[in-house]
Amino acid sequence: MPGKLKVKIVAGRHLPVMDRASDLTDAFVEVKFGNTTFKTDVYLKSLNPQWNSEWFKFEVDDEDLQDEPLQITVLDHDTYSANDAIGKVYIDIDPLLYSEAATVISGWFPIYDTIHGIRGEINVVVKVDLFNDLNRFRQSSCGVKFFCTTSIPKCYRAVIIHGFVEELVVNEDPEYQWIDRIRTPRASNEARQRLISLMSGELQRKIGLKVLEMRGNAVVGYLQCFDLEGESGLVVRAIGTACTLDKLSSPAAFLPACNSPSKDMKEIPFNEDPNPNTHSSGPSTPLKNQTYSFSPSKSYSRQSSSSDTDLSLTPKTGMGSGSAGKEGGPFKALLRQQTQSALEQREFPFFTLTAFPPGFLVHVGGVVSARSVKLLDRIHNPDEPETRDAWWAEIRQEIKSHAKALGCHAVVGYSESTSICEEVCILSASGTAAVLNPRFLQDGTVESCLEQRLEENLPAGCGFCHIPYDELNMPFPAHLTYCYNCRKQKVPDVLFTTIDLPIDATVIGKGCLIQARLCRLKKKAQAEANATAISNLLPFMEYEVHTQLMNKLKLKGMNALFGLRIQITVGENMLMGLASATGVYLAALPLPGGIQIAGKTPNDGSYEQHVSHMQKKINDTIAKNKELYEINPPEISEEIIGSPIPEPRQRSRLLRSQSESSDEVTELDLSHGKKDAFVLEIDDTDAMEDVHSLLTDVPPPSGFYSCNTEIMPGINNWTSEIQMFTSVRVIRLSSLNLTNQALNKNFNDLCENLLKSLYFKLRSMIPCCLCHVNFTVSLPEDELIQVTVTAVAITFDKNQALQTTKTQVEKSLQRASTDNEELLQFPLELCSDSLPSHPFPPAKEHLESASSNSGIPAAQRATSVDYSSFADRCSSWIELIKLKAQTIRRGSIKTTVTVEKASPMNEGNFRNRSAPPCANSTVGVVKMTPLSFIPGAKITKYLGIINMFFIRETTSLREEGGVSGFLHAFVAEVFAMVRAHVAALGGNAVVSYIMKQCVFMENPNKNQAQCLINVSGDAVVFVHESELEVVSSQPPTANCQSSCPGGDVTT
Amino acid sequence: MTNELDIFVGNTTLIDEDVYRLWLDGYSVNDAVALRVRSGILEQTGATAAVLQSDTMDHYRTFHMLERLLHAPPKLLHQLIFQIPPSRQALLIERYYAFDEAFVREVLGKKLSKGTKKDLDDISTKTGITLKSCRRQFDNFKRVFKVVEEMRGSLVDNIQQHFLLSDRLARDYAAIVFFANNRFETGKKKLQYLSFGDFAFCAELMIQNWTLGAVDSQVDDMDVDLDKEFLQDLKELKVLVADKDLLDLHKSLVCTALRGKLGVFSEMEANFKNLSRGLVNVAAKLTHNKDVRDLFVDLVEKFVEPCRSDHWPLNDVRLFLNQYSASVHSLDGFRHQALWDRYMGTLRGCLLRLYHD
Repeated sequence: MPGKLKVKIVAGRHLPVMDRASDLTDAFVEVKFGNTTFKTDVYLKSLNPQWNSEWFKFEVDDEDLQDEPLQITVLDHDTYSANDAIGKVYIDIDPLLYSEAATVISGWFPIYDTIHGIRGEINVVVKVDLFNDLNRFRQSSCGVKFFCTTSIPKCYRAVIIHGFVEELVVNEDPEYQWIDRIRTPRASNEARQRLISLMSGELQRKIGLKVLEMRGNAVVGYLQCFDLEGESGLVVRAIGTACTLDKLSSPAAFLPACNSPSKDMKEIPFNEDPNPNTHSSGPSTPLKNQTYSFSPSKSYSRQSSSSDTDLSLTPKTGMGSGSAGKEGGPFKALLRQQTQSALEQREFPFFTLTAFPPGFLVHVGGVVSARSVKLLDRIHNPDEPETRDAWWAEIRQEIKSHAKALGCHAVVGYSESTSICEEVCILSASGTAAVLNPRFLQDGTVESCLEQRLEENLPAGCGFCHIPYDELNMPFPAHLTYCYNCRKQKVPDVLFTTIDLPIDATVIGKGCLIQARLCRLKKKAQAEANATAISNLLPFMEYEVHTQLMNKLKLKGMNALFGLRIQITVGENMLMGLASATGVYLAALPLPGGIQIAGKTPNDGSYEQHVSHMQKKINDTIAKNKELYEINPPEISEEIIGSPIPEPRQRSRLLRSQSESSDEVTELDLSHGKKDAFVLEIDDTDAMEDVHSLLTDVPPPSGFYSCNTEIMPGINNWTSEIQMFTSVRVIRLSSLNLTNQALNKNFNDLCENLLKSLYFKLRSMIPCCLCHVNFTVSLPEDELIQVTVTAVAITFDKNQALQTTKTQVEKSLQRASTDNEELLQFPLELCSDSLPSHPFPPAKEHLESASSNSGIPAAQRATSVDYSSFADRCSSWIELIKLKAQTIRRGSIKTTVTVEKASPMNEGNFRNRSAPPCANSTVGVVKMTPLSFIPGAKITKYLGIINMFFIRETTSLREEGGVSGFLHAFVAEVFAMVRAHVAALGGNAVVSYIMKQCVFMENPNKNQAQCLINVSGDAVVFVHESELEVVSSQPPTANCQSSCPGGDVTT
Repeated sequence: MTNELDIFVGNTTLIDEDVYRLWLDGYSVNDAVALRVRSGILEQTGATAAVLQSDTMDHYRTFHMLERLLHAPPKLLHQLIFQIPPSRQALLIERYYAFDEAFVREVLGKKLSKGTKKDLDDISTKTGITLKSCRRQFDNFKRVFKVVEEMRGSLVDNIQQHFLLSDRLARDYAAIVFFANNRFETGKKKLQYLSFGDFAFCAELMIQNWTLGAVDSQVDDMDVDLDKEFLQDLKELKVLVADKDLLDLHKSLVCTALRGKLGVFSEMEANFKNLSRGLVNVAAKLTHNKDVRDLFVDLVEKFVEPCRSDHWPLNDVRLFLNQYSASVHSLDGFRHQALWDRYMGTLRGCLLRLYHD
C-alpha cells in the first residue's frame, strides 16, 4: 500500500442556478479515485457553498496513483428526482509523485461540463503521502520526471542523455461502443475523457519504467499524442528522451565558481550520482565500464574527440597540443567505434531534443523523414498492440537507415505524427541526422567539453555545419564548399534541419518564417485503392514542398532552415502539405544562389520578355529581403580556399587525400540505406504558377518578425511582455470541381490571411516577434480546410534591436559564458577571464576571416536550371514509387523521403541576455508560452507536466454564437483550466505549451458541434530577473548585458 | 472560399479600446467595420478590410462573452476564463457602466420598469443613440437599482462595492438610483435647461441631508428614501409665511442686511414675500408623494424663474439665500431652527446650482 491520497473539498463559487424556483443550488461533491467514492454534505441553497469537508483518504497503489486521475463531481441534490450533475474536475496527481515538484495541489478549479462548459469553480486541496517501496519488480515508476521541453530544462544539468523511449497503448474508443447508442452525449464524452486520462497515465507510467530500466531519472522532450482511429480504436502514443538529470542546487552554487575551472566541476557528476554506475550500468551503456576502468584512454579520447569535432585541423594550425595530433588518429578511431557501438546498442539512436548542451552536437547531416500509408483495422487485443508497434518500428528503422546513409549515427529533433481519414492513416516520422559527442551518452562528464572549448577557442559556430558524410560517396548530389568560417572543412550549400538554431551558430542578419503550402486533389476511393492513390501522391508532394521551401529560402537570400516541420494531411478528396521552418543565413555556408528562370520556349520573344521581367522581379525581391533581414555577408575577397569548388568529379581526388587525413569518412558505411535515401536539391522553378506563388508571400509589416523556432536570430533583447495565442480558421471551398491551382491558391490565401490577421491583432506589441509559430492543418470534411495556429508574440526593445553581425559573432565567442549558466555549471571561468578581455577584437578578426573566404560573385553562383538532373531525380522517384507499389498489395504502403542537409549544436536560449526586465507579476497571472523559457525571467522550479484532454459538445450551436462562438469559448475555457491547474500546483507559468490536437466537427443542420482539444506543457515557477537581481549578485547577467552594444547595464 | 470559422484567443484577453467603444455604442459588426475603415486604420496598418472584419468579429465575440460577467463586476475579477490585467478590467467595467448624458436625462426620475423600457425606441430616435446602447444603459440603471435599493449603508459605497465603479461614476449612479426611487420629475419642458450634473449635485445634497441615513446610519434603504418624519415636520415651517408678523420681521431683517449690497435690491424687496412663500410652501407640500416628485418643477417655478425674469445675478442670489436662511435664527418666535437649517441648507445648495440659463 505505498500511497495515501488525501483530498479536501473547501468551497465552491459562482455555481449555476440549478433550481429555477429558488434561483439557488443545493450542491454537494463526489470525490472519486479508482473505485472508491466519498461525498460531502449537501450545502443547501447557495451559489457559493462552503463545504469545508474532512480529509477524504484513499489508500492506493502507486501504480494507480500514476494511472488514475482524481475525479471530482459537483452535483445538485434533488429530493425527488435524480441528482443533476453540475460538472467535473479531473486532477492529474502525477506532479505530487516526485519529490522536487509540487507538494500540494490547492486552488480554485473551473467546474467543467462537456455540454455547458465551465460552470463555476471549486476549491480543492490534494496531498499525497508516499511510502518507499523497494520492490524491484514494481510496475510503477513514481519519481521519474517528465518534461515537454525539448531541451535540458533550465534548472537541471544533464549527466547522461540515455536516448529514445517510446510506448503506445490502445483501447476501444467509447464513442464507438454499442453502449454509446443508448447513453447521453455527456456520458459518452466523460467516458472518453476519463479513458484518455487513464491511458495517458498508464503510458507515462510505462515510459517511466523504461527510463528506470535505462537508469535514467527523467524524460525530456516528452511528446504524447492520441490517434482517433474511429471504429478501429483509440491509440495513445508517446516518445521522449530518457536522461539522467541533476538539479542545479541554487544560484549560489555556481556563482562563486568563477575562477576555479573545470576541476571543481569535474567532480560533481561523481559526487552527485548516488549510485556510481560502474557496475550497474544498464545494457544501454556497456562501454562505460570500459572507459572507467581504463582511465588514461578516457582522457585521451576526450582530447582526440575534440579534434574530431570542430578541431580536426588543430594540429596543422599549431593550436592546441601538437602531440594530440599524432596520437589522435588511433584514439579517434577508437572513439569513433565507441560512439558508434554505444549508439548501435540502442535500437533507435533518436533524440526528441531540439536544443542541446554545448558540445553535444558535432555534425549535422540533414533532415531524414519517412512516411507510411496504412489501412486501419480493428485492434483485436488491446493488451497486445503489436500492429501499431510494428508500424512505428518499421518507420523508425527507415529513419535510422537514412541517418546512416548520411554518415550519421544518431537522429536529433525527432518527432512522429499521424494523419487519419476514415480508414487510411499516414504515419510520419522526421528528424535530423547528426553526429553526436559520445561523452554525454556515457558518463556525462560534461565538463570535458569545456576543456575542448578552451582549447578550440576559434572556429566557433560552424562545426555543426561540416558534413559528416564522405564527399566521395555522397548520398545525394550536393555542392560542397569549404566552410566560410574556418575554411578547413567542407560544408553543403544549404542546410535543412528539424532542430533549433544552436546558440553558438554564427548567423548573419535576422531569420524569418518560411512556409511551403501545397494541395493535391485525390479521387475519392475506398480502402486499398485509396491507400494506393495516397502513396502515389506522397512522393510528388514531398518533392514539391521541398522545391517551394528551397525557392523561398533563396528568395529570402538565406541558406539554412531550422525547425523544419512538414505536415501531410489526408482528407477525403485531397492531400495537403504544409512545411514550416525558420530560414537564416549561416555565416559558415556559402551565399545562396539566386533563382533563375528559364523559359521553356526560348524562341518566343514576348515570352522571353515576360521571363526576364519575372526574373527582374525575383532579383529585386531577393535584394529587398536581404535588406529587410539585414543579411550583409562580409565582402568576399581573395584566398583560394573558399574559391569555387571544382566540379564534384574533378575535385574528388584532391579531396580524397584530405579526407583521409581527417580520417572520418573511411569507416562510414554509406552503401547501406543509400538506395532509398533521396535528397532533393532543386534550383529550378518549373511553372510560372510557382513563381507567382513565390512572389505573393507578403513580408510581415515593419516591426514584426516571425519564426517557428524558440528564438529569433538577431534579436536578443526581449522584454517580458508575452502573448501566447491560438487562432483557428476553417474555410469552406466554394466549388466542387476544384483544380489543384485553385486549391493551392485558396490554401495559400488562408495561411497568408491568417498571418495578416495575427499581425494586425498584435500590432500594439510592435516591435515584436512571433516565435514558435506552429501551424496545423486538418481536413475535417470534404470541402473544409482547418488551420490552427499557436504561437507566442514577444516584444523586444527597439533601441537595442539593431544588433548585427558583430554581436552575433561576439555572441558565439562568448557562448560558453552566456548561454546557460543554469544548464551547465562550468561556463563561468570563461566569462570572467576570456570574455571581458576580448569581446571586440576577435569579433572583428572573425568577420574578416569570414569575409576572406568566399570568392565567388553571387551572380555566378546563381544556379541555373538543371533539367537533366531533375529528370534523373524524377525517374528515380518513379522507380521508388514502383517499388512501393508492390508493397501495396500486402496492404500497407510506404513512401520514404530523405532530404537535404542539416545542422546545430547546443542550447538555444536567449533568456540571459534579455532586455531590462520589467513588469511586476500580478497576483494570479499565469503565463503560457510554447517556448522553453520566459523572457526576462528565470525558471526556478519545474512542477510537473500538464497534459489535458477536453471534449466539448453542444446541441445549441446557434445560441452559443455559431461555430466561432462555440470554439472561441471552448479554447478560452481550455486556457483557463490549464492556468487553474498550474496555479493550484503553485506555479505561475506553463512553458513548452503545445496544443497537440484540436479536432472540430460540426453539424449545423442539427445545430450541433463537437470539439476535442489536447494540450500539454510544463508547469513552472519563475521569478523575474529584476527580482532575482536583488537576491543574488549576477556576473553572468552583467556580462551578457555588457555584450550588447548600447545594452543598458544600469537599468 | 468563405471563412466558416475564425477565432483568435489570447492567453491574455486582447481588448481593443476603440472596438469596445463601438460595441458599447451598439454598432453592428458591419457598421463598426465601416467606422473603423473611416478612421484610417487600414492606411496606418496596411491591413485589408477582411482582416478588419475578422478582428472586429473577434472582439465583439469576446465582449459578448464578457458581458455576462460585466453584469456582476466582482465576478469579472474572480472568474478564471479570461485573463485580463486589473487595469483593463477596471476600464472594461467603467466603460460598460458609463452612460450618455442625453440618455440619462431622458430616463432620470422615471420608474425603471418594463414600461419605460418600451419607450427606449422613442428615446433612441430622439437622442440618436442606438437602441442597443439605450438598452444597455437602461439595464445598467435597473441592475444597479435592484442591487442597492434595499441595502443598508452608504449608497455610494454600496454601488462601489458591488459594481467596482470609480468614485465619480458611483456618485452618478447614486443620483440615478435616488431619482428613480423618488421619481422626481425631470422631463418637463421647464427643466430641460438642467443637466444631469445639476440633478446629480442636488441628489447628493439631498442624500446627505434629507434621507434616513442622514440621521441614522443603521437603517435599510437609508440613502434611497427621504426621511418621512422630516418631511412631515416641514409643515411646521409654514408659520414663517402664515404668521404675518414673522414674515414682515423676516423681510426687514433680510432687507436691512442686504441694503446696498444687492444690485437687484428693489426687485428683491418687492418680491420677498412671494419668494419666501414659494420656498416655504414647497417645504410644506413635501408630505405628499406627488409634490415630492414635483420638487424640481416647483423650485424652478417658484424661485428660479421669478429671479431670472428680474435678471438677478448669481451672486445676488447667493447673498440673498444666505441672508434669507441666516436671518431666521434671529426670529425669536420661531422654534424650528434645526429643521429650518436641515431644509434650507440643502435647498440653498440646490437652488444655487439650478440657477443658470
